[in-house]
Amino acid sequence: MSVDQGFGTDPILVLVNDVPVQVERGSTVAVALLVAGVPARRSVNGSARAPLCGMGVCMECRAEVDSVSHSRTCQIVCQPNMRVRTQ
Amino acid sequence: MNHRFDVLVVGAGPAGIAAAVRAAEEGCSVGIVDENLQAGGQIWRGSVDRARSGQGIGSAEDWLGRLERASLRAFYGWHIFDAPSPKMLRASRDFEAAELHFESLVIATGARERFLPFPGWTLPNVVGAGGLQALVKSGLPIGGKRVVVAGTGPLLIAVAAYMRKRGANVVALCEQASRGRIMKLGMGLTRQPKKLTDAVRYGWQVRGMRLRTNCWPIAALGEERLESVVLGGGGKRVEVKTDYLACGFHLVPNCELAMLLGCALDGSYVRVDESQQTSVPGVFSAGETTGIGGVEAALVEGQIAGLAAGGAREKAALLLKEREATRQFIRLLDRTYALNPELRRLATPETIVCRCEDVTMEAVEAHTSWRTAKLQLRVGMGSCQGRICGAACEFLFGWGMESVRPPIQPTPIGSLIGSDAD
Repeated sequence: MSVDQGFGTDPILVLVNDVPVQVERGSTVAVALLVAGVPARRSVNGSARAPLCGMGVCMECRAEVDSVSHSRTCQIVCQPNMRVRTQ
Repeated sequence: MNHRFDVLVVGAGPAGIAAAVRAAEEGCSVGIVDENLQAGGQIWRGSVDRARSGQGIGSAEDWLGRLERASLRAFYGWHIFDAPSPKMLRASRDFEAAELHFESLVIATGARERFLPFPGWTLPNVVGAGGLQALVKSGLPIGGKRVVVAGTGPLLIAVAAYMRKRGANVVALCEQASRGRIMKLGMGLTRQPKKLTDAVRYGWQVRGMRLRTNCWPIAALGEERLESVVLGGGGKRVEVKTDYLACGFHLVPNCELAMLLGCALDGSYVRVDESQQTSVPGVFSAGETTGIGGVEAALVEGQIAGLAAGGAREKAALLLKEREATRQFIRLLDRTYALNPELRRLATPETIVCRCEDVTMEAVEAHTSWRTAKLQLRVGMGSCQGRICGAACEFLFGWGMESVRPPIQPTPIGSLIGSDAD
């Protein structure tokens, strides 16, 4: 079966908690968090949380993006050298 | 910022696109709002750039092309947060606000996945079925990853097929509905040729993959992230190692805006007449808000709503026969994917029900209504405003949402202040 890669090979780098992470151009910040393997946030009781709905509803993927806290990372497209900080 | 339209459409998925295009083609001034940065909604996510979802009349490209060519004003990246008067909505983007005035409104706000709480469902890498698809369409590399697809609904097979196409190893595909129900759906599809074609295509794409019916996730296991899933149902249990669990229990309509405007509901759907008009004159609704029927239903209803909202009721009436077929399909899906009551017992006392406020099953089930649970526990009062746990509680306890209050989406305080100052 042929595997459809979908995205081209046009990687960009973003910084997740100061660590460079490579994603395809056009990827959302939520994708960068999943690729980096770090939770987006800690819940009120301190447990690790990461994207759930992928469509801007659940708010579990919130992180600080270019100094804006509580950004819905699944709704933001990565830009080169964007700074993402988990919260 | 103030704008005036004959027809304002909220939601740029298939229903909203069809409504906006048909109203604009009738010569109406049309505005269309969507919180995503591009039109297409969930089903056509990514189709704008990559035009990968088939061609011809009625395809994603056909409708997106008509939308591009239509004379209308698009507000992408904007969300509606308030309806302070019967003919005006307030919208916000980043720190901007706008007042959108209209003669007729079409609510095409679509649906979200229903999530049910089970032990471990809050672990990273436990995502929605549509959720994982959206993330992969948004760039997540899935090639070589193990994926368990579970829950209920026609979306599961589509997602499994999509994941396989993108190189994932779909290690299990589980549907909570019984085999008998699925067979009956198959029989029903013989009266819906387009649906039958889809079913055959997906069947081919997931060939060799076993669809386990009467099966659901009992627990997701892992420390800081998902490592394996325990699948069960009917007494049997099996643990499967996996990188992702893509799990959703069919869809629930996004009725918040309709409720805010005072539109009556029929069960969980917005009540509409044959012209897709709601109980509020001049307010129409189309697509998943009026019944979970998928893209064909959304396109038919969207066109009817757009034409009726634009005053072309005779043209809208030409689509009534198609509408009746899609209404039948909606009822068939509702029957097929009705949730097994056993799923109410998935959550243990310690399982989190409200993820925003970390409220456990034990705490929630001590209450007798959504209202008292909210007041006492803050369940449903976190940043998702009950959009995730509300649908779960509706199934678990039979609680309905009683009211919706603005802002219906988290909105920067600057937008709230700005909109009042105008």
